[in-house]
Amino acid sequence: MTDVDVIVIGGGPAGLAAAAEADENGARVLIVEREERLGGMLKQCIHDGFGLRRFGERLAGPEYVERFMDKIAQTDIQVQCQTFVTRAEKTDEGFAVTLVSRDGLKTVTGKSLVLATGCRERSAKQVFIHGTRPAGVFTAGTAQHFTNRLGVMPTKKCVILGSGDIGLIMARRLTLEGAQVLGVYEINPTPSGLTRNIHQCLTDYDIPLHLSHTVTRVFGNDRLEAVEVCAVDESYKPIPETAERIECDALIVSVGLIPENELAQSLGVELDRHTGGPVCDAQLMTKVPGIFSCGNALHVNDLVDFVSESGEEAGRNAAAYCAAEQNRVDINIGDEFLYLVPQQLDLNADNSKAVFYFRSKKVVDKSTLRLKVSGEEVWKKTYPFLRPPEMQQLTLDMTKFGIDENSDVRFEIEVVK
Amino acid sequence: MKQLVCIGCPRGCRLTVEEKDGEYIVTGNTCPRGKAFAISEMTAPKRTICSTVKTVFAGCPVLPVRVSDDIPKEKIFDVMREINAVTLRERIGRGDVVIENVLGLGVDVISTSDLLKQNINAVSEGAK
Repeated sequence: MTDVDVIVIGGGPAGLAAAAEADENGARVLIVEREERLGGMLKQCIHDGFGLRRFGERLAGPEYVERFMDKIAQTDIQVQCQTFVTRAEKTDEGFAVTLVSRDGLKTVTGKSLVLATGCRERSAKQVFIHGTRPAGVFTAGTAQHFTNRLGVMPTKKCVILGSGDIGLIMARRLTLEGAQVLGVYEINPTPSGLTRNIHQCLTDYDIPLHLSHTVTRVFGNDRLEAVEVCAVDESYKPIPETAERIECDALIVSVGLIPENELAQSLGVELDRHTGGPVCDAQLMTKVPGIFSCGNALHVNDLVDFVSESGEEAGRNAAAYCAAEQNRVDINIGDEFLYLVPQQLDLNADNSKAVFYFRSKKVVDKSTLRLKVSGEEVWKKTYPFLRPPEMQQLTLDMTKFGIDENSDVRFEIEVVK
Repeated sequence: MKQLVCIGCPRGCRLTVEEKDGEYIVTGNTCPRGKAFAISEMTAPKRTICSTVKTVFAGCPVLPVRVSDDIPKEKIFDVMREINAVTLRERIGRGDVVIENVLGLGVDVISTSDLLKQNINAVSEGAK
């Protein structure tokens, strides 16, 4: 017999939702969290707007996640904080996970695994900025940790590279605390963050947004003294004659998030190159039986409400997991997609309420999403617009389209002329 | 005629507001919140603010707070000054009032976390 039924790795919003749902379905659950407290990134996301979909309220991040923590505290779910997973492997009974904590080294066994490991920020080193290596170059998440958890201001006068949501939120936050945000520079011709964040975080505070611009160089020895910004051409190449030097004490980078899946890979889980997360079926099981994925480890979400929903889906199915035979078909997508999750369908599972998440590759006006089965259109929906920063979610009864193992299942987006 | 982006939810509807005979005609919204937002933007814009207050507790140097309801946009920095003047000496919980009726605006500044209730040495200890 295994120590527990479901081992949930990661105690952020996805892991908490997965654990609560697995517990509700009768499983013995363990949550492993590497930080000293549960809550994940939401501990430092003190801005409001969370939970509108789930609770009909605009909660701050800690308020949202603590509701789940309160629920977990009422259960028999085991929680191990300040604990690192160093290794996980498949056994005859399920999985064995090696944990390191202040108590030392220990191995825990479970029947199924939920990977709720979240995502990491892309750093300044990954976007090719030339120059020295002074202090004062932060990711937006690091600046947020300093400001909102430690109560320390990381800057008095800064430039933000990238218009990701955390960068926009930090532009407003630092402005509120008296810092000067000189501008947000985005290499793409369209913003990366939610449209409403452009307005409530930048426009409201007269912070300029420079599209098709990037930071090409940093200056300073001990501390950052200035950055060089440049306009870029259509192929994202900096145009040297547009270079401009801006005096500042910090550069904050908000240039994207990458799902964290090293542990998944060590278990042989196949990743989707579009999402950076595991290839899953509608039950959010990866291609390795018994391993489930959810939240930002599966694909980067813009709403925590969706993270919780995917956590619940993964938790419920991990609790019910038994090594039943699968019959999977691929779900193909057209070039107009940035990605679509899940990427497969297990025809032996219940797909009457399959939930899909997708993003378009480009900003498009009125468009029709079509589902085709072996060339035949079986379902469609029209959207007034699609924007890559704003993820779409839909629930479909996939049992009524006559899909079998030989079907070519395909989603396409067509712009309405 | 004015173009706005609704901040009511992540959908971010593009709104158009037109004033006609003292009334506002709103188009582009998908729900009633959009209409209410557009009219409020034209007459008396309001925003929510979230911040942190200092505490005397070593393991938790700041506690997150927000206003309990929207405040006039032009009062944002005045309310921020009030928030930054606070030093918490009690272990208050989530939803507890930090500043009652801030600047007489009819809204409270409330705590958004149980961080101080959780018996843990949190941040500074862990960060060492």
